[in-house]
Amino acid sequence: MTAPITAASMALDGGVLSAGDAAPEAAFVPSRGFWGHVGHRLVRDPVAMGAGAVILLVVLIAILSPWITPMDPYKGSMLRRLKHVGDATYWLGSDELGRDMISRLMLGSRLSLFIGVTPVLIAFVIGSAIGILAGYVGGWTNTILMRTIDVFFAFPSVLLAIALSGALGAGIFNSIVSLTCVFVPQIARVAESVTTGIRKRDYIDAAKLSGALPLTIMRVQVLGNVVGPIFVYATSLISVSMILASGLSFLGLGVRPPEPEWGLMLNTLRTAIYANPVVAALPGVCIFVVSIAFNLFSDGLRAAMEIRQ
Amino acid sequence: MSVIPDAPDPFARDRGGPAQPLLSVSGLYKHFPVRKAGGKKQVVRAVDGVDFDVLKGETLGIVGESGCGKSTTAKLLMGLIERDAGSLLYDGQPVGERVMPWRSYRRQVQMVFQDSYASLNPRMTVEQSIAFGPKVNGVPGREAVERARALLARVGLEPKRFAGRYPHEISGGQRQRVNIARSLALEPRLVLLDEAVSALDKSVEAQVLNLLLDLKAEFGLTYIFISHDLNVVRFISDRVMVMYLGRVSEIGPSDTVLDAPAHPYTEALLASMPSLDPNNRTQAALLQGDPPNPIDPPSGCRFHPRCTLAEPICSETEPPLDTVGPLHRVSCLARQPGSGHSAAPARALAA
Amino acid sequence: MLIYILKRLVYVTPVAFGVSLVCFLLVHLAPGDALSAVLPADATQETINEMKAAYGFDKPLPVQYLIWLWHVLHGDLGTSIATGRPVLGEVSRAVVNSLILASVATVIGFTFGTLFGFVAGYHRNSVADRAASALSVFGVSVPHYWLGMVLVIVFSATLGWLPPTGAGPDGSGNWRPDFDHLRYLILPAVTMSVIPTGIIARTVRALVADILAQDFVEALRAKGMDEFGVFKHVVRNAAPTALAIMGLQLGYLLGGSILVETVFAWPGTGFLLNAAIFQRDLPLLQGSILVLAMFFVVLNLLVDVMQTALDPRIERA
Repeated sequence: MTAPITAASMALDGGVLSAGDAAPEAAFVPSRGFWGHVGHRLVRDPVAMGAGAVILLVVLIAILSPWITPMDPYKGSMLRRLKHVGDATYWLGSDELGRDMISRLMLGSRLSLFIGVTPVLIAFVIGSAIGILAGYVGGWTNTILMRTIDVFFAFPSVLLAIALSGALGAGIFNSIVSLTCVFVPQIARVAESVTTGIRKRDYIDAAKLSGALPLTIMRVQVLGNVVGPIFVYATSLISVSMILASGLSFLGLGVRPPEPEWGLMLNTLRTAIYANPVVAALPGVCIFVVSIAFNLFSDGLRAAMEIRQ
Repeated sequence: MSVIPDAPDPFARDRGGPAQPLLSVSGLYKHFPVRKAGGKKQVVRAVDGVDFDVLKGETLGIVGESGCGKSTTAKLLMGLIERDAGSLLYDGQPVGERVMPWRSYRRQVQMVFQDSYASLNPRMTVEQSIAFGPKVNGVPGREAVERARALLARVGLEPKRFAGRYPHEISGGQRQRVNIARSLALEPRLVLLDEAVSALDKSVEAQVLNLLLDLKAEFGLTYIFISHDLNVVRFISDRVMVMYLGRVSEIGPSDTVLDAPAHPYTEALLASMPSLDPNNRTQAALLQGDPPNPIDPPSGCRFHPRCTLAEPICSETEPPLDTVGPLHRVSCLARQPGSGHSAAPARALAA
Repeated sequence: MLIYILKRLVYVTPVAFGVSLVCFLLVHLAPGDALSAVLPADATQETINEMKAAYGFDKPLPVQYLIWLWHVLHGDLGTSIATGRPVLGEVSRAVVNSLILASVATVIGFTFGTLFGFVAGYHRNSVADRAASALSVFGVSVPHYWLGMVLVIVFSATLGWLPPTGAGPDGSGNWRPDFDHLRYLILPAVTMSVIPTGIIARTVRALVADILAQDFVEALRAKGMDEFGVFKHVVRNAAPTALAIMGLQLGYLLGGSILVETVFAWPGTGFLLNAAIFQRDLPLLQGSILVLAMFFVVLNLLVDVMQTALDPRIERA
């Protein structure tokens, strides 16, 4: 069966018709579409916008850090150890090996963001696939998949992350793998319940009546409606993921020295809490600020998506 | 690869001639398994042996209280749930078999749902929703969109203003017009309207009903119109079928069934309907209580616990659907000669 | 009710087996094999084979699992490779310490969480509500290991009021309920309570606001009931969910205490796990995780049953 796919592209780009389809009529009443409405409401939410600005700033710093750090983040000096915040050369002080804190914090944003966000992204893809499949197919497939997921829910997430990392051994790759395993079940469960809800809607029945094949219905009618809620849920996990990823590094299970990463920096600076407490606490401030920004942005996104029906 | 015929006249696709019923339903059963506390398996007899015909070009109204099996019947007719037993003949051809697979049947039979919002994909524009059906049936994208716009115009929604809107941006009446347009996009011959106007305001309801009548005439459609509102059914239907606990209790021409009902249940339904005309108020007893549980329906005639004419025989014998007048059939022992009910007419007429 | 409990048990059993399977496989995920940590680098093949046979590592995986499971069901979690002592004893000692810490943290979290939640739910959009919302966002966004460090910096390193690490003055691993030991408990317990405080405050706020918006509250007030009477109704309606959240939080804290225990060198399961991981003491790692996960499974079951018993609206059949 060669059903034309134009409908799929229409549904997935969130509404506006592609140029070819819209050709006959130019004068539409402008309609924002669902994502348009969400964006409109999000822009008017000052807290979410502030949080978004912080995230954007950190992402920019992470991208540009190799070129914009004021000093070499790896070069230390035993003579200039643990300088205080406000030092003329080291604006945010220096660490226990005499390396410039601000440079290390800037460069550290790269790894911290990477190991925090990547697991959620991978889990978003895998978890959505599992959950949507279970929800849409139902029956035994659903039972088997969801009962397996239940087993992973029997572990508190921190314990599961540490157990997996501990067994796999330290390293960035292993820490990403373990965190992905933590988030896949959570996202899959949300995806399953959203999909099960959508599957019972009349418009899915209507689509069946139009003679569309299951895969077409899945792609055109189901996906567009489930991806949004799952995505919002996934964004709410980024904050937890950042804390856990840095936590693994803090325990010595993630990033290895001398690479700068906020959790690892926090660990190595623990010896300095008497000599220079403010500098020792700085990497944690970074984790905290980014984590809270992701949380607030996710809350704003969720609120913006609650459009009355 | 199938192509929808371009001919707008559905009679061009007719097989069996005007005397052949468009849809013939016989022995339709659907029991839903339920588990009660204690693990005992039981079934809800949602549809429990239903037979009826839908004639070409007519509107058949189906009425009954909630839980009587109207909506399950609708879903069975559309194949949205699988029937346990029974057969559907579409224009003389068995549905679900090789001569008439569900896919080709559904291009000729479409449905409009009650909930105008839930039946439209919230992430698709009105036009995309209407064009979806033709597209998956092989109509090129641009042509499908043009057809969608033409249909929008036909149901009274100016395409320029409405085509690009999303379901939450238009009113309930407008949404139901969109749903009607979508049901027509595959150029069906039979449209099943499941409580299609029940959720609308009275004034909007009247407009949509008139639209339905116009469309029927223009496209030569046949309707199955399911509703709990007898006034609406009287207005739109040629024939009426009354359902009670998964069975047909009465079927016949609208005027006969609704003005001179033969079944006590129909009488009670009519009496429980508020009338504005004081002279038109009947003295018949109102329906007492809720319908019995369809898990464990009463023996014999299912209506006997609530019936004013009930006699001992009613709890023993299940009444068949018998002809009592022209096209008029009733399943009530009190109306069937020789049934043993004291109010039954004399057998002499039949002999 | 009994039927409900039995049903939950039937449902939990396969999950528990799944958990044991995951714990078992965890060790086989590890690079190298479980013996490489203890065997000398120049061990002969003969020694290796002998050790493998002794630990049962020469049998196929499913057989190993069944043997392991059999031992576990009889309370034998194996022997710690590092210390040579039974894993069960090591884990039980640690669990007691972790449980003390997690319980105190949960109680603190529940007290403040419900307090803030009620104030915020009763006075929506007031300053108190904003403060409670900010607090709950803080609670779920703060890296608690960092918060622990900050508290140590402030109260130990700078002010010198409380000890920075350990569970007691003698440096021993056993906590006792006396004043000296209590001082050691304060910082880690407060650190750990931040997450449940935030989560419980958020939940209770939503619950209270929901209940107050319902018609029956209006009806109670219309009947002339005073605010305290209404308050009692609100409490009764909010309690099952709030208590359930509290129970789950206790489980999360017990399983998630490793980071905080590391910061404070608290001799609990987290500390034990940390040691097991870095000494590659796989039987100990496996045993601790199994015990913690099973604890969480049982806790979940208890919470479920309790919530059902307290809340008549939940269908039991």
